[in-house]
Amino acid sequence: MRSELRDEIPTFGEEAPTVDHGPIEWRGLTSIQMARSLLEVSAIIAVAAAVFFGLEAALSLSGTPSYVFPKPTAIVNTLFTEFGSIYASALWSTLQVLLIGFAIGASIGLVLAAVITQVPFVEKIVAPYVLILVTTPMIALVPFLTLEIGFSNEPRIIAVALASGPMVMINAATGFRRTDLAKIALARSYGASTLQIFRKIRFPLALPMIIVGFMVGSIFGLLTAVGAEMVSSQEGLGHEIVYFSTFPRTTPEEWAAILIVALLGISIYLIFYFIGKRWASWEA
Amino acid sequence: MRNATKTYEAKTGPVRALDNFSVDVQEGELVCVLGPSGCGKTTLLWALSGLHALTRGEIVLDGTPIKGPRPQEIGMIFQDANLLPWRNLRQNIAFPFEIKRRRANADRIAQLLEETSLTGFERAYPRELSGGMQQRASIVRALAQDPAVLLMDEPFGQLDAFTRDEMNLLLLRLWSESRKTVVFVTHNISEAIFLADRVVVMTPRPGRLARIFEIELPRPRTVEMTFEPDFIALIQEIKQVVQSGGRHMVEVA
Repeated sequence: MRSELRDEIPTFGEEAPTVDHGPIEWRGLTSIQMARSLLEVSAIIAVAAAVFFGLEAALSLSGTPSYVFPKPTAIVNTLFTEFGSIYASALWSTLQVLLIGFAIGASIGLVLAAVITQVPFVEKIVAPYVLILVTTPMIALVPFLTLEIGFSNEPRIIAVALASGPMVMINAATGFRRTDLAKIALARSYGASTLQIFRKIRFPLALPMIIVGFMVGSIFGLLTAVGAEMVSSQEGLGHEIVYFSTFPRTTPEEWAAILIVALLGISIYLIFYFIGKRWASWEA
Repeated sequence: MRNATKTYEAKTGPVRALDNFSVDVQEGELVCVLGPSGCGKTTLLWALSGLHALTRGEIVLDGTPIKGPRPQEIGMIFQDANLLPWRNLRQNIAFPFEIKRRRANADRIAQLLEETSLTGFERAYPRELSGGMQQRASIVRALAQDPAVLLMDEPFGQLDAFTRDEMNLLLLRLWSESRKTVVFVTHNISEAIFLADRVVVMTPRPGRLARIFEIELPRPRTVEMTFEPDFIALIQEIKQVVQSGGRHMVEVA
């Protein structure tokens, strides 16, 4: 590991340290402009209210029946009245699958990224397989996994782990590939060990991309969890969406479940957005 | 640093960055290594610091050959300050102590911050500081370790002329107080003359010793000295050595 400083001509200074962001530039996700001032916040709320009541008025005036498109007030009403009876347990079931699957996938993805980026040869071998995992919807595996394992949480947990893990991995790998020679040299000149260099230089340098990986990975995990519930499950928000949508009718119950999924997705985004702000704000 | 002798040829890939380069640096001396870009100055410094191994030859510090980083004796100051952007100033200065698993010397750090006019900025992050302040912080980071030898790699190269003058004066003040051995790499001729006891001029590709100039200017030095005819004549002379690549000067040296 010493060789990382040995045989390269130190040519930093004029050019910025080379940063390979990998095939996809995900960092845009964390740089979405968030409202700051009171005016901006009130404007956003005003637009939301306009959409809500505009839709309500349009549906009332046109006399659209509820089984074609339920009114927003009916959806929100259903959400609150039925939350305890239907949605709380469904939400808990989805969250369990998501959290366990993401925890497994993200840890494996993170460790693999840290290890693999130290060995470029292995990285090149593994890359195509990771790409296959990233581009194939893991929901496709759920019927097979259910066949093998049976109706339980495990097939969905595995699918979530397979969906989120590679996302965490490619982003974290991008982070770990940032080798700022000067900063490593700095640590080395004070006698830092390889482990210290990893902990105090490489990891902090990679942290912004790791957080992006967690964000993208957890959102992919949510998509997979809900999708898997729609395919084969007797519980969870995905199951409720399918259950309450009896062709050719839609129901307020279905839309309330969709709303919860949407809110869950936004919450996940916001959690990682603020984690990023707190732990990776040095990289504007 | 007593009679450190280095004779080496470094071979970085196919590039011969340094070619049979020898020089003695005395303890407490301030030596500037001067040369155009790409003449192996940085390679020289990285070899001195033990970060890069030489292909041939050796560097001896205090009677012991340098085989790797010597954090107790050598402090390094990099281009662009090289602060860690995710740490505030205090945490950046504490960084070497963390690496060495030692308690930070709070009194010494406070005194150094005072001397470099950084008191009150301990909680600021690097991006909130000017280039000059960042480089002063990196000097504090190095000096807080109290190394016997300070290696400086074009530390003020990115700063504007006014800040550079200020930094040079600060460096001379700190040096005259502590009398550390300083090897200062630069491509700025007047900076080299202004600071140094001796200016070591290098030729580019491969990096060879062109000539060593003894600088007889009295100390403490002032910015006004840089406008004296003698000073300007010396700049001219060194410039000629650099431009001629030291070819016909080798015999003179």
